[in-house]
Amino acid sequence: MVGLSSKSYELLSKIATNDKHGENSPYFDGWKAYDRDPFHPTKNPQGVIQMGLAENQLCFDLIEEWLKKNPKASICTPEGLHQFRDIANFQDYHGLPQFTSAVAKFMSKVRGGRVKFDPNRILMSGGATGANELIMFCLADPGDAFLVPTPYYAAYPRDLCWRTGLRLIPVHCDSSNNFKITREALESSYKKAKDDNINVKGLIITNPSNPLGTSLDRDTLKSLVNFTNDNNIHLVCDEIYSATVFDSPRFVSVAEIIEEMDDSSCKKELIHIVYSLSKDMGFPGFRVGIVYSYNDIVVNCGRKMSSFGLVSSQTQHMLAAMLSDDEFVDNFLKESSRRLAKRHEYFSKGLEEVNIKRFPSNAGLFYWMNLSSLLKEQSFEAEMALWRVIINEVKLNVSPGSSFNCLEPGWFRVCFANMDDETVEVALNRIRAFVIGKEKTTKKNNNNRAKKNNNVVEVKKRWQQNLRLSFSSSRLLDHHETVMSPHILSPHSPIPASSPLVQAT
Amino acid sequence: MGIEIEKPCVVELSNIAVSNTHGEDSPYFAGWKAYDDNPYDELTNPSGVIQMGLAENQVSFDLLEKYLEEHSEATTWGKGVRNSSFRDNALFQDYHGLHSFRAAMASFMEQIRGERAKFEPDRLVITAGATAANELLTFILANPGDALLVPTPYYPGFDRDLRWRTGVKIVPIHCDSSNNFQITPEALEGAYKEAESMNTKVRGVLITNPSNPLGATIERSVLEQILEFVTRKNIHLVSDEIYSGSVFSPSEFVSVAEILEARNYKDAERVHIVYSLSKDLGLPGFRVGTIYSYNDKVVTTARRMSSFTLISSQTQHLLASMLSDKDFTELYIRTNRERLRKRYEMIIEGLRSNGIECLKGNGGLFCWMNMSPLLEKATKEGELKLWNAIIHQVKLNISPGSSCHCSEPGWFRVCFANMSENTLQVALERIRNFVDKIRTHTLTAGSN
Repeated sequence: MVGLSSKSYELLSKIATNDKHGENSPYFDGWKAYDRDPFHPTKNPQGVIQMGLAENQLCFDLIEEWLKKNPKASICTPEGLHQFRDIANFQDYHGLPQFTSAVAKFMSKVRGGRVKFDPNRILMSGGATGANELIMFCLADPGDAFLVPTPYYAAYPRDLCWRTGLRLIPVHCDSSNNFKITREALESSYKKAKDDNINVKGLIITNPSNPLGTSLDRDTLKSLVNFTNDNNIHLVCDEIYSATVFDSPRFVSVAEIIEEMDDSSCKKELIHIVYSLSKDMGFPGFRVGIVYSYNDIVVNCGRKMSSFGLVSSQTQHMLAAMLSDDEFVDNFLKESSRRLAKRHEYFSKGLEEVNIKRFPSNAGLFYWMNLSSLLKEQSFEAEMALWRVIINEVKLNVSPGSSFNCLEPGWFRVCFANMDDETVEVALNRIRAFVIGKEKTTKKNNNNRAKKNNNVVEVKKRWQQNLRLSFSSSRLLDHHETVMSPHILSPHSPIPASSPLVQAT
Repeated sequence: MGIEIEKPCVVELSNIAVSNTHGEDSPYFAGWKAYDDNPYDELTNPSGVIQMGLAENQVSFDLLEKYLEEHSEATTWGKGVRNSSFRDNALFQDYHGLHSFRAAMASFMEQIRGERAKFEPDRLVITAGATAANELLTFILANPGDALLVPTPYYPGFDRDLRWRTGVKIVPIHCDSSNNFQITPEALEGAYKEAESMNTKVRGVLITNPSNPLGATIERSVLEQILEFVTRKNIHLVSDEIYSGSVFSPSEFVSVAEILEARNYKDAERVHIVYSLSKDLGLPGFRVGTIYSYNDKVVTTARRMSSFTLISSQTQHLLASMLSDKDFTELYIRTNRERLRKRYEMIIEGLRSNGIECLKGNGGLFCWMNMSPLLEKATKEGELKLWNAIIHQVKLNISPGSSCHCSEPGWFRVCFANMSENTLQVALERIRNFVDKIRTHTLTAGSN
């Protein structure tokens, strides 16, 4: 067939041939392992459990019920068919008015009605992936930089930098204060960038944070607004997880902060919000990305740019109906929160039982887990080694902290909202057994050295039954298969690059 | 009473944000404003502006609606409460796109080409509309400052799609009426040399086949010449075949895919095809675009880049169902072609009876009308003056050739598939009155 050899013909752009799409990093063993051997409760109970995907699967029953009761929301049903041609024909980049209104209302409800959003400031884009890229195209030129607190979403380099030509300047956060962003860290990164003659155009934060699963407290958020204002740079707040807050402190959006400040103390035109329905509603397939800007020029130019990633009018139409159903939305938000809280609590408690200290998180679809005590040494090589064991032996696809540019080794992001209760149980059992096993090995080594009397209590824990996995935690995998599928980036592809379909020369 | 001091935004936005390369300040869009301010409606506003600037296909919706009516189970997520297909669909964000959707698109594209070319579903990359597809390909094939050669006249949106965020230039391949605006080897070389003289690296040629705004297919021999040219220069060829299903007579459309297949895909790695359902199926709202490339690396990279602009899985699901029904698609393609042809003949005849000739067209949703005999001056200004009169006096929004970068003044693109037959008659009537007025005026003036 065609295209077997591109040797004679390599004339592609720099963007096409560089690595900034992010898929060449070594983090994809996890996906490959899952793909080769996916867990299934009955058909493949020893398979790899997918915990690298930040999806929200807890509330589809509520949505399906609503769809059944509202056939008019679909243009394919007998009840909705009469709207087909008008919707199919509608390509106006302002979006369906009922859609932008419904989204504005939804965003307001997620914030407890404490702020109102103007539908005319809502821009559509191809998922939050498209939205983040779009806002960067509007705010910065190639070579410019944005500050971003670590640890951060693994796909930011692709989304913010790949085609825009921007660079990211990390603002380092660490566990000493639960990875909170400090003014000192900000100032320090900013100053260093300026000293290096880098043109910093803004700061981007994810609130609630991925991978931390925490929302910013009011004071910190206010200080970020002040910092960016004082320095005349932009502030982009990715609030994609805003409705996944399940515990106090309640979510504080940047929209609330600037509402409190008057015009003389806050330059609103520097503030921009990115949003999406992929996490809060569990609709990543529908590609609903939103840019909300308080800057008129950005709205104007961004709207034209949204031509490159509009939301399908069919989807706009359905979501307009769904999100403007107040009763449904109120109930959904409440119930979703409750189920996330329950899942999170169950998971946290389960980990505490094996002394994995609870990280204080109140949001998100994942758990930020500290396994540094299990590292051979406090290094990223050790983290990778541990990670490979977790994938290949414990058979859990989790995401290592280094993939989020975390400064400290030993942290792992573990997604828990993309599975049912039974699978959570299996996953927890495996983690607990693994940790215990590691502890025993470590203790054994210590004992052999110290020759102390052990007071090891043989506790028969229920989770140690039926485990046919054998761990040899000292075994390291040092061969390194590179696979092209970024499970931690979304959207993504599960097909590994060794498939002839995607072989890139 | 306080003094309101307007606070300017002191922080700069990007160069892209403040440039006007988005192209919306062009007169192409001014006509739309006239329409927006005073839109024609058969009953409520019969003297309003008739929209003839929008290349939309509204002639075949009934076929789609009928299909949906008869297959509502397949196209929705089914009726069961515990039905997980909604869930699976809502979660599906794989940038390969649904296999069933790609297979259906590939099959549809094959049908349009009378099975004279084969399309592999795994070479199809999905994007939110052809707008995104063209931009994405440009990002992949060219660096900022490089150029793509595009034959004139061309779709005004290319100025934005190919140039705005990519920083890539368009160098025109000049075509004119002496040979029905066909692309010639001389014109190709001329454009290439022009780029060279500007120290600009040419990365490829981008053609639209059938052409917008000409409404005519590119002949096989010309396609072969273009292929020869790009091969010799070692550059890419992008063939935007968005109107391929709107060619009135199936045998008259030759896709570059057929030529490549006939020569066993020799040198095919430099060729990429763009397609969309916005025109042939009249579904611009659904944002369904695709890139088909014979180059593995382009497929891989385009697929990764499509992350920024995927098609809603809900829409993929609907179309997978609809387009995999081969009886339906065959009926649709056949009927749609026929209806478009009828419309075309109606408008050509109507214009001809008023002494207005059009370029001989054979596809698309518009005709390329020659009003140069009516120009006061054979200049761009003369054209715009006539155009203004047409918008404000005749109340028709049509597109001036200059907005399509046509080198000869006096040509206009007139869309005919986005209205009822009645409305088209009204439009033709208005044109007749306008032309009569001009001719009478000229005669009167001349008799002095």
